[in-house]
Amino acid sequence: MKNFKKVLAVLVALALMVGVFAACSKNDDSGDKNETKLKVGFIYLHDENSTYDRNFMDAAKAACEKLGVEYLEKTPIPETSACKEAADDLVDRGCTLIFADSFGHEDFIAQAAEEYPKVEFCHATGTTAHTRKLANFHNAFASIYEGRYLAGIAAGMKLNEMIEAGKFTAEEAKIGYVGAFTYAEVISGYTSFFLGARSVCPTATMEVQFTGSWYDEALEKEAAMTLISRGCKLISQHADSMGAPTACEDAGIPNVSYNGSTISACPNTFIVSSRINWQPYFEYIINCVKDGKAIDTDWTGNLSNESVVLTDVNTKVAAAGTVEAIEATKAKLEAGTLHVFDTSTFTVGGKTLTSYMADVDTDAKYEPDTEAISDGYFHESEYRSAPYFDLRIDGITTLNEKF
Amino acid sequence: MKKYEKSAREPLFHIAKRDNLATWQSWGIRIASIAAALIVSAVVIVALTGENPIKVYATIIDGAIGTQRRVWNLMQETAILLCISLAVTPAFKMRFWNIGAEGQALIGGLATAVCMMFFGESLPSPLLYILIIVMSMVSAAIWAVIPAIFKALWNTNETLFTLMMNYIAIQLVSYFTSVNAVPKGSGQIGVINSITKAGWFPALAGQSYLINILTVAVLTVLMYIYLRYSKHGYELSVVGESENTARYVGINVKKVIIRTMLFSGAVCGIAGILLVSGTDHTISKDTVAGRGFTAIMVSWLAKFNPLYMVLTSLLIVFLQKGALEISTIFGLNDSFSEIITGIIIFFIIGSEFFINYKIKFSHSHKEVEA
Repeated sequence: MKNFKKVLAVLVALALMVGVFAACSKNDDSGDKNETKLKVGFIYLHDENSTYDRNFMDAAKAACEKLGVEYLEKTPIPETSACKEAADDLVDRGCTLIFADSFGHEDFIAQAAEEYPKVEFCHATGTTAHTRKLANFHNAFASIYEGRYLAGIAAGMKLNEMIEAGKFTAEEAKIGYVGAFTYAEVISGYTSFFLGARSVCPTATMEVQFTGSWYDEALEKEAAMTLISRGCKLISQHADSMGAPTACEDAGIPNVSYNGSTISACPNTFIVSSRINWQPYFEYIINCVKDGKAIDTDWTGNLSNESVVLTDVNTKVAAAGTVEAIEATKAKLEAGTLHVFDTSTFTVGGKTLTSYMADVDTDAKYEPDTEAISDGYFHESEYRSAPYFDLRIDGITTLNEKF
Repeated sequence: MKKYEKSAREPLFHIAKRDNLATWQSWGIRIASIAAALIVSAVVIVALTGENPIKVYATIIDGAIGTQRRVWNLMQETAILLCISLAVTPAFKMRFWNIGAEGQALIGGLATAVCMMFFGESLPSPLLYILIIVMSMVSAAIWAVIPAIFKALWNTNETLFTLMMNYIAIQLVSYFTSVNAVPKGSGQIGVINSITKAGWFPALAGQSYLINILTVAVLTVLMYIYLRYSKHGYELSVVGESENTARYVGINVKKVIIRTMLFSGAVCGIAGILLVSGTDHTISKDTVAGRGFTAIMVSWLAKFNPLYMVLTSLLIVFLQKGALEISTIFGLNDSFSEIITGIIIFFIIGSEFFINYKIKFSHSHKEVEA
């Protein structure tokens, strides 16, 4: 009986509190909103302190403001059923277009897409939209390998400059690369970067160290220092922290960055950075929904639609003529006269490839299913937007593997 | 009153244990502490963000129970947290500091995931569910009993041991997800049996979480009966009060420790099933998401009474859900909502101090004597 009284007391207290505040809440929400305004919901893995999510947030806010639609966000949303719950809640709030930014959100977003056929769901970096065949579920990525190829040209020219200055011999021109995971997205990235560098510095080689994390400042810094101590003359990275750039600044080793400029922290070593600009995609999907048009199942942003961009070149560090060389190559890539993964520019196990079956359709057994090489080059990001280039080419040594 | 006969310097106040307070008094203190927490939070909100605190509180409530779906999600989250809290309770009542519920629930979830992945297609549904239940409870119980055996036989430190077992569990799950990752290298296994839905808990009355909620409701009542009315429950509380007394009255302390941890682990295994079969339908090292540690707070706040735990777990989940909403609506960083949650929980825990102790100021003390 005594217990019962206690429980009752708490319940009454809670009910009172809820009642008082619920009343306030009604008053606050009564401000009239334009009901016809399109609502777009965004689901992010982390808050704005992560450079990865920040890149999406800035683009999403800019696109929503430009097109006059309402922006709603959910963050931080882990890659669990919390993602489905976030999508449910955004649907309840009246969103007709929902976007999620992290790879592991995909299954949960697809579940939501099945449940709400009238709402459009878009997901960055995912791989399964083309096999699920849901009309309202879409993947997107960008041909960031082209951006990395261009950044690679800046790296190769810097190596050439240092060789000419007599700092080391042509044979010692070794690049170090800090990668997150041994996974197609990263392999495609470092290979394109390397091919770009080697197109101007033919003796260049590369070593890759993986950290096993997308964001670990200490590990990335340590990996960069390992590479520098192994004789690497230039460092680039595919992970999201400032670890590698700051290690380079400390050691006075030139750095090609990712996700955005690091010039303010590394004025003496930063050369250039490539990044994906998501604003064109967000504008595209918002306009599709506004006009009632279908959204592409797989959308791949590229140099021409400014989804793949390079920051300004730091002329203090970069070799002379870098800006012009990048512009000239960019024009060739856009015109289609130059292909990043041209099979005549690399070998695998000493042989030039004429055929390669890539694992484009995701399945549990990793069965290769699509011929990726034709017309003399590897067709990256054409059969689905997310990268699937996972060849280990000659000239690149991986020091470890992290899955 | 002999005011001038001050012989020695007395401190301004001292702390004394209270006699038992009347129920209404102790709840008065608790309610006052929540009110104080809201006032302090309001000051912090205004100072740091300039937002209207009433609006922020309204958003917390709206975020937790604003729509029917949110009420269901609130009950689901409460159920899962409550389940793990129930699991740790017998051990804590026995003064066995089990901080390994995180790992035990994770291992239970891993066993569920393994059953779903490897037997999802070959076994008929009823058999699959039985296999999931048995495998998950047994494996979580084994995970819990290992430190218990070491404690019982060699008196090792169970706090460190159970904590360490968490890390092993997390690494095992990481290994499992990376070996079975789809696509390769992504480190994630994705939703298991997303087409056949084999091993998924079905929706009852259109509510996919109803089975979870009902399971935990039944479990709460059973745990209450077990702790309060069963011989086992009595034995473990005697061991908790004093091992020597327990020995003196003929309780086999080693047996009680091992038995209680087996039981505790098995209940964690149920939490693992609810998380994997009933909620996420996948496993990752974040599946339990720290609930194994939050559960300790839930259990302590409720003074190990399963019925009060319904309230304490509800309170914590309510705050968490509401806090997430603040970051959505006000565009505040989610660390901010954690600050608010932290302040409120600090005050609630602090109120227990004022219920158990009173502060006596020196002059009032004298007046009492006079």
